[in-house]
Amino acid sequence: MAGKEKRPYVSMKGTKEGLTLQLDDTCAYDELLKQVDELLTGATRDEEGPLVAVHVHVGNRYLTREQEERLRDVIRMKKNLIVHSIISNVMTKQEALEWKKKNEIVSVAKIVRSGQVLHVDGDLLLIGDVNPGGTVVATGNIFVLGALRGIAHAGYEGNRQAIIAASIMKPTQLRISDIMNRAPDYRSEEGNEMECAYIDEHDQIVVDRLQLLMHLRPNLTRIEGSF
Amino acid sequence: MGEAIVVTSGKGGVGKTTTTANLGTALALLGKRVCLVDTDIGLRNLDVIMGLENRIIYDLVDVVEGRCTIQKALVKDKRFEDRLYLLPAAQTSDKSAVTPEQMKELIDNLRQDYDYILIDCPAGIEQGYKNAVAGADEAIVVTTPDISAVRDADRIIGLLEKEEHMKRPRLIINRIRSHMLKNHDMLDIDEIVMHLSIDLLGIIVDDEHVIKASNNGEPIVLDPNSKASLAYRNIARRLLGESVPLMSLDNEEQKGFFSKIKKLFSAR
Repeated sequence: MAGKEKRPYVSMKGTKEGLTLQLDDTCAYDELLKQVDELLTGATRDEEGPLVAVHVHVGNRYLTREQEERLRDVIRMKKNLIVHSIISNVMTKQEALEWKKKNEIVSVAKIVRSGQVLHVDGDLLLIGDVNPGGTVVATGNIFVLGALRGIAHAGYEGNRQAIIAASIMKPTQLRISDIMNRAPDYRSEEGNEMECAYIDEHDQIVVDRLQLLMHLRPNLTRIEGSF
Repeated sequence: MGEAIVVTSGKGGVGKTTTTANLGTALALLGKRVCLVDTDIGLRNLDVIMGLENRIIYDLVDVVEGRCTIQKALVKDKRFEDRLYLLPAAQTSDKSAVTPEQMKELIDNLRQDYDYILIDCPAGIEQGYKNAVAGADEAIVVTTPDISAVRDADRIIGLLEKEEHMKRPRLIINRIRSHMLKNHDMLDIDEIVMHLSIDLLGIIVDDEHVIKASNNGEPIVLDPNSKASLAYRNIARRLLGESVPLMSLDNEEQKGFFSKIKKLFSAR
């Protein structure tokens, strides 16, 4: 890059996955878009060819919805190019908090009694019981250390991978995402200890031994590396 | 400063009023100054069970609305000289005649003159319940070994736990039939206590004499030979802080030689 009059804000690399654009994150945005436009105009020809995916890295720049749309437009104007992803190193505090909430295990020490509803974002770890008539709802998984005798609804916003686990599993109703299952009408005395509920391949809620979860939902393990 | 205890249950007909009358009487027998407050406005019963119905002149609503002083409305139980009083509910108004704030003020006034104020709560979880709970610093939850009564007790305990001014509620299981317990036809006491997970204050066996005594306007506690009477006296002693073991439920049925031997070996 010999041009001294203008520092290049954009660097382009071709990889197996397509084009990678590395954008400067300190310059003015308008200037940046202009350079992207120029660079791509120079690099692409007008003839028909295979589609090329573009990966855009914007570094430490936060893009608003509007800014992102403008960037997409600039790239889309060129033939054969489609935007595959726009990756930024930064997010707003609000987004970060929401993200944290969704991935957090919320622990609650409480007995959820008849008529009470406990609603959390993320996974729920309940240290206590859910009594008949009580309800626990979580957007993620539900783990009950005590007895689950009421209603549990995991994956509330539509996560079918969510599970429900309880030390004593005697629920009146289980719900995962949009699927529901109720307790059998007969009362069984044995079993029901250390069990989990999940959605199987036939879209049914199944209750089984807790130990099966490590095969069924390996991503429940959050420890890094092996131990 | 007296202690205000509300007797509640959620479900109707489990024995709140009977429990209030008998615990109050038992506490008076133990030498405490007790005031019973009936908050079941519109459906008052406590005065009938205490046998004080014909002495009522003013009631709780009269006091709250300023038509008379508390002292004038209180009905004295002559059986206990100066130790047992009743503040009757109004029969002509309904529960909305009183607000929780007014109840709190009323109970706080009574605190200065009595050791214990027992508040009889109406069934349900609406206005009447809110009034009854507003002034109390402790709650006794009454239930029977029926699944519906236990459910409602659970609901009430959940509501009571939200009241920050109150101590943890305690439980009385009423109307236990020992022969049904033995055959496992009834919810087990341990099962109920575990389910509700609050401290057990006492258990009371089902006793026909209770109904008879209530109809005569004489709380069963006054009859020293009844099992239910003993149970209420025990509960009163536990309220005073004594530790009294739970009553054994075995009746005199076990009279045979073998059962005696069995009992010897199974004794814990």
